[in-house]
Amino acid sequence: MGITVEGARKRFGDFQALDDVSIDVPDGSLTALLGPSGSGKSTLLRAIAGLETLDAGTVTISGEDATAKPAQKREVGFVFQHYAAFKHMTVFGNVAFGLKIRKWSKAQINDRVHELLRLVQLDGLAERYPDQLSGGQRQRMALARALAVEPQVLLLDEPFGALDAKVRKDLRTWLRRLHDEMHVTTIFVTHDQEEAMDVAGQLVVMNEGRVEQSGSADDLYEQPATEFVMSFVGEVNRLGEHFVRPHDMSVALDRDDGAEEAMVQRIVALGFEIRVEFVLGDGTEVWAQLTRAELQKLELRESQIVYLRPGQTKSFSGDVPPPDGDGASTPQRQDGGDDAEVSAAA
Amino acid sequence: MTSSTPAKWGLRSLALGYLGLLLLAPVAMIFYKTFEHGLGPPIEAMTSPDALHAIWLTLLMVAVAVPLNTVFGVGCALLLVRHKWKGNALIDGIINLPFAISPIVVGLSLFLLYGNDGWFGPTLSEWGIQVLFSTPGMILASVFVSLPFVVRETVPVLQEIGTEQEQAASTLGANVWQTFWRVTLPAIRWGVAYGIVLTTARVLGEFGAVTIVSGSISGETETLPLFVAKAFEQFNEEAAYAGAIVLALLALTTLLLMSVGGRKAKAQGGPIPITGDTAISTSNTKEGS
Repeated sequence: MGITVEGARKRFGDFQALDDVSIDVPDGSLTALLGPSGSGKSTLLRAIAGLETLDAGTVTISGEDATAKPAQKREVGFVFQHYAAFKHMTVFGNVAFGLKIRKWSKAQINDRVHELLRLVQLDGLAERYPDQLSGGQRQRMALARALAVEPQVLLLDEPFGALDAKVRKDLRTWLRRLHDEMHVTTIFVTHDQEEAMDVAGQLVVMNEGRVEQSGSADDLYEQPATEFVMSFVGEVNRLGEHFVRPHDMSVALDRDDGAEEAMVQRIVALGFEIRVEFVLGDGTEVWAQLTRAELQKLELRESQIVYLRPGQTKSFSGDVPPPDGDGASTPQRQDGGDDAEVSAAA
Repeated sequence: MTSSTPAKWGLRSLALGYLGLLLLAPVAMIFYKTFEHGLGPPIEAMTSPDALHAIWLTLLMVAVAVPLNTVFGVGCALLLVRHKWKGNALIDGIINLPFAISPIVVGLSLFLLYGNDGWFGPTLSEWGIQVLFSTPGMILASVFVSLPFVVRETVPVLQEIGTEQEQAASTLGANVWQTFWRVTLPAIRWGVAYGIVLTTARVLGEFGAVTIVSGSISGETETLPLFVAKAFEQFNEEAAYAGAIVLALLALTTLLLMSVGGRKAKAQGGPIPITGDTAISTSNTKEGS
């Protein structure tokens, strides 16, 4: 059940939008397709909806092969980034569209539309035209329209992308709650990792037409399978072949074996979180995420020389042995150690 | 940047003066001349059998050419915008031909094609179909000269609305036909309506092409513009002016029908037609009539 895509390929001219993509979305789940623009996430979503035909591969919806079915027959609800509201119809007309196509009776349509408008908190605006609604209201109308026909799956293509930050946050919470109530298998596309982690139970990270990794937000954050996932999901510093999260950087004032000498470049207070930027001896720029209390304890100031010890690091190249918890691997350290001292002192 | 008030008024009076001199004065003159001696003479002139036949024939041209060009125009616009294809540029160019070719030339070319020595003429007359000097030829001429308007007005609107609404309709279960009638057509209706108004005005006023193919036989192949021309040549000024007034009224009716439709949509709170379009249509059709 749910949605399965196997071996999907799609090429637009010279551009390979999907390159052998397979995903498995469990029935009733809320899954995010996360990736930068051009990663193929929207194309994959549109292929599931039948709005794009695949060059190769299969799409299975609720156990049924939908590859050859036109969009019209797939029973999916699709929500577009720019709403795709029927501008010449009222809110009521928009939500009723799919039901009219299915030849429901007037009374049935009336009941169902008003039920949905209550659900998306648009009751009272049934007679308005899309032009008379705000962006958030239009997107909720589009969602009601998609849900009206009781689709097997709900597909949302960057649904909050055109909305301002505040409305986006509200709708996010609201979508999650809606999914808890409705349990319809939902996939939504986003390039915003925070949004994906906030809303979805399962994430599929895509890059350059391929799936990099899928799993829960914790899986992706704690055990990223590739360098791309590590740097796309959450913040990361790169130290040679190793990657370390900014909150895993410990800062000490005293020289310490295995710690790296660095100079404080800039201290940025972002509310509770403090972002401290350093430059290492070899010119590498890294930053650490500290709390306000930590900063006060250290009394850091700009141009100060400190010693950084990366906590948990991760490496994705096969040649470098995975570093143990005590610190970063030694070869790199020896490379830049002397230089660092010199330049830091200068 | 707003210009100062005197400059604004200066420009306004200049525009109004220009329009008044070039457009309003001649039209007003015709109205004045027609009703100089009351309603009697023009009514009498327009109720003669030849005049009535000319009115009927003109309306017949509109009744055939406008629906044909509307259906073709919308279909062609859909083809040009929604189905990208290499041949589109060629189709696009061919559609513009009627704008580029003088109506007289159109008439002549039809004459060559359907005349007794033409490609199609002999075969068609064997089958008993008379194209030249009869209604079919005049319809052909009218369709030819008024063909581009609906296409030209619909293409930009189709491009403007994009494909997302249509895709949304298909995910909601609508087939191609349902999508067209319920989503695409309502979304482009103002472009189409404007195209229809222009087509109607063009067919109503068509003179050059129709003159050649019709032979202008009174009471048989004479449309209203031909009737007016002939009356004028024969110094029957009353009939000429009255005929001109009827033509103007027909064109005005078309415009009125469209703006009534527009106001209705506005009253319902629906999207208002692109205001630039309606504004242009008003002036253009007056020129056309």
